[in-house]
Amino acid sequence: MALLQFDNVGISAMAACVPHTVIDNYRYTQYFSEEDVRKVVDKIGIYERRFADAKTCSSDLCFAAAERLLKETGIERNEIDLLVFLSQTPDYRMPATSIILQERLGLKKSVVAFDINLGCSGFLYGLSVIYSLMQQQNLHKALFLDGETRSKVYSPKDRRSAFLFGDAGVAALIERGEKFGKSYFSLNSDGSKADLIRIEGGGYRHPSSLDTLRERVVDEYGNIRNDEQGYMRGSDVFNFVIVEIPKDIKRLLDVTNINKDDVDYYVFHQANEFINSYIAKKLKLDFAKIPSTIHKYGNTSSVSVPLTIVSELREQLCHSDKRLLLSAFGVGMSWGTAILHFADCHICNIVEL
Amino acid sequence: MNLQDFVEKFAEQFDETDANEIQANTVFKDLDEWSSLIALSVIAMVDEEYEVALKGDDIRNASTIEDLYNVVKAKH
Repeated sequence: MALLQFDNVGISAMAACVPHTVIDNYRYTQYFSEEDVRKVVDKIGIYERRFADAKTCSSDLCFAAAERLLKETGIERNEIDLLVFLSQTPDYRMPATSIILQERLGLKKSVVAFDINLGCSGFLYGLSVIYSLMQQQNLHKALFLDGETRSKVYSPKDRRSAFLFGDAGVAALIERGEKFGKSYFSLNSDGSKADLIRIEGGGYRHPSSLDTLRERVVDEYGNIRNDEQGYMRGSDVFNFVIVEIPKDIKRLLDVTNINKDDVDYYVFHQANEFINSYIAKKLKLDFAKIPSTIHKYGNTSSVSVPLTIVSELREQLCHSDKRLLLSAFGVGMSWGTAILHFADCHICNIVEL
Repeated sequence: MNLQDFVEKFAEQFDETDANEIQANTVFKDLDEWSSLIALSVIAMVDEEYEVALKGDDIRNASTIEDLYNVVKAKH
């Protein structure tokens, strides 16, 4: 466990954007029988998701969220010194999407801008990078954009992933201030499990070809996908998560000497309801302290933690000081836990695009 | 841990299958209701009851419930 600690830096405003198209999971039956679909949906507790249309990218969702955030907070665009875009569904393989967003958002050319490529654990990693850079006194305000269009990544004909994922983008404004107090991060990586969740083709190890685009039956259950679509070995991921995540949370609470009752809200990566309720039960947490959006937005990868904060904690976090524990885990495997103060955080209503 | 107990807890993970159909020598992947979703419940049950981390391969390589019991017992 790498432990990172920061003083007096935090999130002062947040906004989120979801596509307007709602997928009703019980009716997502073009490739599977209603009975099969019902069983899967009941188990994972994901009833609705949002799908971006063919023209909409992660960056568009983040752009809409950022515009809302800038408008509501009244922040001047030239006050932004740092722009980080985190996603595994960028606009192009190059250049970095953050650079394109510098121009679209009308930010100054002296802005520090770069992308981070991480999945479900990404929001925690991105925050830790930004908090680190914000130790530089010449950087005053940072904009963190985190977006995913996972609906475009997985095959609708592979029941192991077809019902899980949705699209969304968030924007968070990060500033220094004594009100934020201490923040702690535990960040972890295990590349021996890189094959649990992966897109095999389309990178430089297995470049795009007719072969990587060929649909085929991949298992004894008749699931179908091509090699440029993601796969997930669900039972191995589950097994990994139920062991490592409670351990990491307990360790961070121990090292920081924070009692689990002194955390106001626990925000978990929204993987699926089965995993999330199992972790909460295992850690003996108070379910009233665990906001959830899994039923309406599904698994939006790195966006699920901040999206859940924006969607469920808007009133609770404005004009107050709350301690949140964030926990996220996924593709890599990469996982982490963070304990942060939210002090007078301005949270915008969710934008639909 | 004992086998009978394990078989009962294994059977509790099924909603539709009659518990009498689930015995130590049952080839569980032949049960109509068996699916990768039930596998998740079995992994959760084994973690909760025996504090053993069951891998996907442990389940794939096991044929009967007793095979799986032996894997759990060896790791217990």
